[in-house]
Amino acid sequence: MSIDPSEARKVAHLARIAVQDEALPALAAELNGILHFMEQLNEVDVTGVEPMTGVEPMRLKRREDVVTDGDMQIRILRNAPDAREGFFAVPKVVE
Amino acid sequence: MSLQQLTIAEARDRLRAGDVTATDLTHACLSAIDAGSPLNAFVHHTPDIALAQAEAADQRLRAGDAPSMCGIPVGIKDLFCTRGVASQAASRILEGFLPEYESTVTQNLFDAGAVMLGKLNMDEFAMGSSNETSVYGNAVNPWKSGDAPLTPGGSSGGSAAAVAADLCLAATGTDTGGSIRQPAAFTGIVGLKPTYGRVSRWGTIAFASSLDQAGPMTRTVRDAAIMLGAMASVDPKDSTSADRPVPDYEAALTGDIRGRRIGIPREYRMDGMSPEIDALWKQGAEMLRDAGAEIVDISLPHTKYALPAYYVIAPAEASSNLARYDGVRYGRRAALHAGDGVTEMYERTRAEGFGPEVQRRVMIGTYVLSAGFYDAYYNLARKVRALIKRDFDEAFAGGIDTILTPTTPSAAFPLGSMQDADPVEMYLNDVFTVTVNLAGLPGLSVPVGLNSQGLPLGLQLIGRPWDEGNLLNHGAVLEKAAGFSAKPKRWW
Repeated sequence: MSIDPSEARKVAHLARIAVQDEALPALAAELNGILHFMEQLNEVDVTGVEPMTGVEPMRLKRREDVVTDGDMQIRILRNAPDAREGFFAVPKVVE
Repeated sequence: MSLQQLTIAEARDRLRAGDVTATDLTHACLSAIDAGSPLNAFVHHTPDIALAQAEAADQRLRAGDAPSMCGIPVGIKDLFCTRGVASQAASRILEGFLPEYESTVTQNLFDAGAVMLGKLNMDEFAMGSSNETSVYGNAVNPWKSGDAPLTPGGSSGGSAAAVAADLCLAATGTDTGGSIRQPAAFTGIVGLKPTYGRVSRWGTIAFASSLDQAGPMTRTVRDAAIMLGAMASVDPKDSTSADRPVPDYEAALTGDIRGRRIGIPREYRMDGMSPEIDALWKQGAEMLRDAGAEIVDISLPHTKYALPAYYVIAPAEASSNLARYDGVRYGRRAALHAGDGVTEMYERTRAEGFGPEVQRRVMIGTYVLSAGFYDAYYNLARKVRALIKRDFDEAFAGGIDTILTPTTPSAAFPLGSMQDADPVEMYLNDVFTVTVNLAGLPGLSVPVGLNSQGLPLGLQLIGRPWDEGNLLNHGAVLEKAAGFSAKPKRWW
């Protein structure tokens, strides 16, 4: 499998990272280098092996479905680059 | 000896005896940090917090309520969220972020009376092996060979440089693929990555959640035992924190390893490995044999595939963890052009806020998780990961107590020397450490010797899961036998 510049543009967009058109060929080449390195994995016989999901066979902890925290709107908004009237503000999404 | 050069154990005993105060110790470290600015290890300074915490520690000491870390000045990696104190993961995208909460690790340390001197340099989002991806510029290794400044390793490079240069008594690190152990080896200090789940990840900025684990970086194995005891806890805020009581790790340091079986994995003898590293590894095995352990050749057949599996899994998890940096809730938002919508805001914010290595890994992760490639890369890597873990399980089931390997394939290299290298070449730094993260095991790097250029080299001990006590005990025996006491010559 290999990535061409148009595929690189798609990946960059999926990752929500702006990449200039002229940077796409170099990006594609770099990503291909890394993918090529990963392709060694195809040498391994994984027949019948389950993908590992955790290092210890343990069930994730559960807790009572109750409110344990809250009422901290000001603290939550304090780090926002743009907060107005108690909300996070973003550029217009719907025309 | 100056106060900032004490080990945690020495400082603890002198604090309790009353012949030194936490305030004295903190002042000594703050002066050393000022003088150590050429190392670029501390990137946010918190002297006011430090002195207030030192005073509180002195009160506890006077009242006779002093846990082992009480009054001990430490540095905190920039990856830990510290309330009201910059916590940027060395990234531009978290510029100006002041957490409204405290990470469990730092809270545990503060509850134990530790004193925070400031935040430490690192690779951006812990992605790097040389501290060169940091928005603060690289930290510098206090060790030198010739004129070229050397990397302290990464990602916990600031932590390693600070501890090795006696700017603080110890530091926190985090380790996703070797980020505690490799810099520890490069700077002649001790670094411990605990078993996955031993230390809470809550409030530690996430890189790869199934691999990340915080641990101590110290000058001695005993100090690592003391500090791990304070960092570790059972934490309801981290669903992967294990429900296991934290034992007294220092009490495990009996110095007796007679009859223990130490595995030497043949697959770690890599082609092109430095003969010095190979010789050091043999010496380390002899030291443990002389202490009464049995040295056993073992095989971990899937070792070779650990790096490629890691470089699928870690970026995949990173791409999803780092999706939260979107310029909306915290951190830095790019300046917008007229008519820009929300997508342009995301794309510009992330292009400006993330450095090249982080962008690369986020894109690789996005690619391997995307429709059509998920099975070919991500699921395959997770299956290989299961086999890597099985290799270790079988070795331990066969009666092996601890595994001995080199920590790194080389000593510290000059800053900038990898600039034009392929990214994959930098990844090879993790070749001996990354297996341990994939399998979730505890790993300890101990300084054992100097190479022909006078630079420190470390050996790694890998333990059974949850067996940090025995692992540290083996480490203490190795440390004693090696008698490593070299210090970098002060040039800063």
